[in-house]
Amino acid sequence: MLTEEQQALKPNNPKMTARDVNVFYGAKQAINKVSIDVDMDNVTAFIGPSGCGKSTFLRTLNRMNDTVASARVEGEITLDGENIYAPSMDVVQLRARVGMVFQKPNPFPKSIYENIAYGPRIHGLASAKADMDVIVEKSLRRAGLWEEVKDRLNESGTALSGGQQQRLCIGRAIAVEPEVILMDEPCSALDPIATAKIEELIHELRGRYAIVIVTHNMQQAARVSQRTAFFHLGTLVEYGVTSDIFTNPKADRTRDYITGRYG
Amino acid sequence: MTGPAILLLLLGLGVAAWVSARARATRLQTAANAGPARGAMHSLPSYHGWYVALWTLVPALLFLAVWTNVMPGLVTESVLADPAAQSLPSDSFGRGAILSEARNIASGKQAMAFNPAAQALVEPYRAATSKFGTGGVVLALILAFAGGAFAFTRIRPDFRARTRVERLVMALLLGASLLAIVTTVGIVASLLWESLRFFSMVNPFEFLFGTKWSPQSAAMGFGNEGAFGAVPLFWGTIFIGAIIAMVVAIPLGLMSAIYLTQYARPNTRKWMKPILEVLAGVPTVVYGYFAALTIAPALRDFAVAVGISGASSESALAAGLVMGVMIIPFVSSMADDSIAAVPQAMRDGSLAMGATTSETIKRVLIPAALPGVVGGVLLAVSRAIGETMIVVMAAGLAANMTLNPFSSVTTVTTQIVQLLTGDQEFDSAKTLAAFALGLVLFIVTLLLNIVALRVVKKYREAYE
Repeated sequence: MLTEEQQALKPNNPKMTARDVNVFYGAKQAINKVSIDVDMDNVTAFIGPSGCGKSTFLRTLNRMNDTVASARVEGEITLDGENIYAPSMDVVQLRARVGMVFQKPNPFPKSIYENIAYGPRIHGLASAKADMDVIVEKSLRRAGLWEEVKDRLNESGTALSGGQQQRLCIGRAIAVEPEVILMDEPCSALDPIATAKIEELIHELRGRYAIVIVTHNMQQAARVSQRTAFFHLGTLVEYGVTSDIFTNPKADRTRDYITGRYG
Repeated sequence: MTGPAILLLLLGLGVAAWVSARARATRLQTAANAGPARGAMHSLPSYHGWYVALWTLVPALLFLAVWTNVMPGLVTESVLADPAAQSLPSDSFGRGAILSEARNIASGKQAMAFNPAAQALVEPYRAATSKFGTGGVVLALILAFAGGAFAFTRIRPDFRARTRVERLVMALLLGASLLAIVTTVGIVASLLWESLRFFSMVNPFEFLFGTKWSPQSAAMGFGNEGAFGAVPLFWGTIFIGAIIAMVVAIPLGLMSAIYLTQYARPNTRKWMKPILEVLAGVPTVVYGYFAALTIAPALRDFAVAVGISGASSESALAAGLVMGVMIIPFVSSMADDSIAAVPQAMRDGSLAMGATTSETIKRVLIPAALPGVVGGVLLAVSRAIGETMIVVMAAGLAANMTLNPFSSVTTVTTQIVQLLTGDQEFDSAKTLAAFALGLVLFIVTLLLNIVALRVVKKYREAYE
């Protein structure tokens, strides 16, 4: 395994870029002029105190804020150089390319198999049952869940434990072959052992997918990410190589947060 | 002394008891708080007030309630003991007539007697009424004073007035809820009793499975054999309430619920949902008019124009369609609730996979909300088959077993109305059949409601 130092040395390879992004909920501004690059080969962590806008910003990356009627996004966000807020961008295809895992595991009340098959089915990725079986097995393997559930694929996804449910949700997101996976505090509802499994999984998925993880657990950010962005009051305070942020922060606010003065 | 005056007097006594008891308890409280043991008074003064007031009122009122029921009997007995009553006829019918006439004159409901014997009894009646009336009032007042005095002497700092009052209030609340249950039990019992009488005349098997319904022929003396086969009624009820009405109500209700929860903007929802719910508040007789005067003739004309045979101006379709419209708000609001109860996370999860809104609705929301929707539909069916006004006005009386929605059918509720309206003797099979029909309807709707509530409850637990 690479050391923190070596991991950070991978060259930048921006998958998504945000330039001067503002987000408003009604009249209230939640995000103020955020510019950031999401790297293909590295895991990016968004940290910051509650209400700092890190989750809001994450949700602009696959336009989940569209479901909030009062939300309005300004500025430019691109995926492979293409503006995702352009009228020509189909939000359905965007979300197939930029998947998301939520804070609370939210498997559908269907079987484990059907949970994984859901995305491939709506995007027409497999027509024959045999093809679908392959996708389901591959996705569950990548999510590190196959060995635990291979004998009970027809049981309900909601009957799994919390950590298994969250890995099922990751597998569900992987099944549609996304390019980016957004994780919104994926471990905040899990116990330490389940959390460790998810973190291990993130390490394994790195490189295959661009991964962005929102977390308010700084140790977690240090463990799983190579790039860290510190948000405070809707602005991006500092963004850089994770080890630099944690050992040698440039901004006072970052240092205060990391050393536990507030948060 | 008249009834309202006595009640007012007792109420006045109650108020006086409350005020004086509270005043006394307040003084005790002041004294107790001044003493070494602070807070030695168990209950607040107003609880002592209520305690004494209740002791003043409740026994006296209970006594009056009993007395008003017992008094007429006592009065009659004392009148019969009067010498003037010796000449009364011995048969109870003639005697009762004279007594009731005398009673009416005595109480001023009737100006003068037709029967001289009654005239002679007026005075004894007046005397007895006044004697027992005054006696009752005096007894009630004595009880009020005795109760009040007893309670008043119990006011002490350590007396637990609050506990007693709260216990009584609890008993009162329990009584209120028991009253509804007891009434229901009584209704069911009377339904059962009358149905049993019916089934002693008509074979239950024949009633439930017979296919010929002509209670009129039974009433005209052709015998009960084969006249009370209720299957055509059951079929008509199911055809209108559970088939035609649901074919209208389920898709429309479901679609409106989906629109309102998933597509409508908050402003649209704000005015549209109440309007939809107003539909549920329209009196069913108004729907009945609409069905009978507008829809039914239009359907008949249409059926005649396209050459459908058996078209009638009272059709199953007219009643069913209008009933379906009436049921829409039920289905829609139940479906609305169950779709809204599906967690937002479920919807987000699907949308984040790149599913469109309609895919999310079809594949995630509706399957998850289905048990709730099914429960809502069952409740709607149970309401539809018990619905009376629309079918009475629009469905007709002919007990046909037909699949043709343009022809006339009849339902259980229509026949109940038909059997019980007008001058009927209450011991013929024809009239009693209404109770048997009512019993069947009651059992079916009860079962539907139980199943529906079970389904809904089970589903609700799944997300909590």
